[in-house]
Amino acid sequence: MCGIAGLFAKSAEIERALGAHLGSMLEQLGERGPDSAGVALFRDRVAPASKLSLLGPDGTDWVRLAAGAGDAFGTASIVCDHGDHVVLRIDSDAGAARIWLSEHHPEVVVIASGHAIELHKRVGSPAALLDGCRVRSQDATHGLGHTRMATESRVMTAGSHPFSTGEDLCLVHNGSLSNHNRLRRELRRQGVRFATENDSEVAAGYLMWRLRDGSNLAQALEAALDDLDGFFTFAVGTRDGFAVLRDPIACKPAVLAETDNWVAMASEYRAIAVLPGAADAEMWEPEPARVYTWSRGAVPA
Amino acid sequence: MSAVQATVCELDLRALGLRAVNYALHQGRAGTAFEVLNPDGVHALAAGLTSELAVDVRGHAGYYCAGMNQHATVRVRGNAGVGVGENMMSGRIEVHGSVGQSAAASAHGGMLVVGGDAAARCGISLKGANIVVRGSVGHSSAFMAQTGRLVVLGDAGAGLGDSIYEARLYVRGSVADRGADCIEKPMRDEHVRELTELLTAAGITDAAATEFRRFGSARTLYHWQPSRGTI
Repeated sequence: MCGIAGLFAKSAEIERALGAHLGSMLEQLGERGPDSAGVALFRDRVAPASKLSLLGPDGTDWVRLAAGAGDAFGTASIVCDHGDHVVLRIDSDAGAARIWLSEHHPEVVVIASGHAIELHKRVGSPAALLDGCRVRSQDATHGLGHTRMATESRVMTAGSHPFSTGEDLCLVHNGSLSNHNRLRRELRRQGVRFATENDSEVAAGYLMWRLRDGSNLAQALEAALDDLDGFFTFAVGTRDGFAVLRDPIACKPAVLAETDNWVAMASEYRAIAVLPGAADAEMWEPEPARVYTWSRGAVPA
Repeated sequence: MSAVQATVCELDLRALGLRAVNYALHQGRAGTAFEVLNPDGVHALAAGLTSELAVDVRGHAGYYCAGMNQHATVRVRGNAGVGVGENMMSGRIEVHGSVGQSAAASAHGGMLVVGGDAAARCGISLKGANIVVRGSVGHSSAFMAQTGRLVVLGDAGAGLGDSIYEARLYVRGSVADRGADCIEKPMRDEHVRELTELLTAAGITDAAATEFRRFGSARTLYHWQPSRGTI
């Protein structure tokens, strides 16, 4: 089943409390998938430095890892440490940091990287993730959340959403893709890296590949309608943008709502009902095969 | 109106919870009027009612609102999610806003009136109910509809009436495309009369039956015809 939620702030007031709002949304969707939960927040840009969200095996010495990264890149610091995963800030571009990590800490998985994205995911309920990773106290410009009912791959943190395969790009998916194995092989030939055998990660990788080739987010999603086979409702976050897309048959539920202060997408209305002003929001069911996008560039300062 | 009918029983869903609210509705005697406050999009609200109640939902409802309804009149002053009025047998459901997919799916009787749009598969497998949608309906509406009427004041999405049996579909706006075995049929006097009655029953006064086109079954899928070639 799975539950997905996305929240895009249009006012400073919502930005300040985005973690709390997105957390409330995700809790409402807990019944749609108790296997794992994840949240991606786009916040606190550190450009030209990078942030990397890292997942490590039990007992990973994050302090030692950060010290090593600091020696290699001048400065590195732990933004937040949740034991099984951390967000690490490194004064370098994310690509160089990834190469250094793969050479010195091959046991560590990079679950997200970029100037803004911070990603938390864990096996278990949304409430456990939200409290354990202090998501509710975080500000952010926009964010995505997911509660998973596993169908296509094992219940493990690495197989949990959101999936991020490109810098400041991530995706949450409700549905199931049929041609992910073939597409993964093709994308690997194009140099896209995948960490799991999960179908949703392939969708994220596909979008990253299209964006890398010069498409904008809307164009990448239009192309996805032709190239992805299966059923899906996607919510996608980029550094400045937020998008929603459903497959042409619209198997999976989705509700969109917008006020002067926010844009929200969720699998069910009850996740939107918890937002301030929800009762008076403009609300609609996104049409099948239609790309909806919002961009921070379009929002007045 | 008796004094009893004038009394409205208020149920605050946020305070009472869904089970208590549905229980109270199920216990309501015929003629009782209820107001449900703070519905917050919960699922299965006012489902399975069997008495002539008047239920006024003050906000948005989640999935399967008023499903399996018999006799009751349920009014939603907001939107309703997937499957509103699914398998309704009788009574009336009015949604002031828009409704999610599969509205009045498989409904046998009664009437669903939607003030806004209905998403995909509105009236799927319709079995006798009447549906009036002021806005537009999504794709695959009235899929395999067997009997009943679907009235759309706006537009219909792709695949209208695919594999339809005997339901009648009236559309005022455009039809993206018709599904298999669904054809346009002439609006004869009896259809204008029927549609006028449906519009009146739905409280619609700004649309005339003559502005609509009628769609129904070509009946070519009823029997396998060897002459139509190989499978």
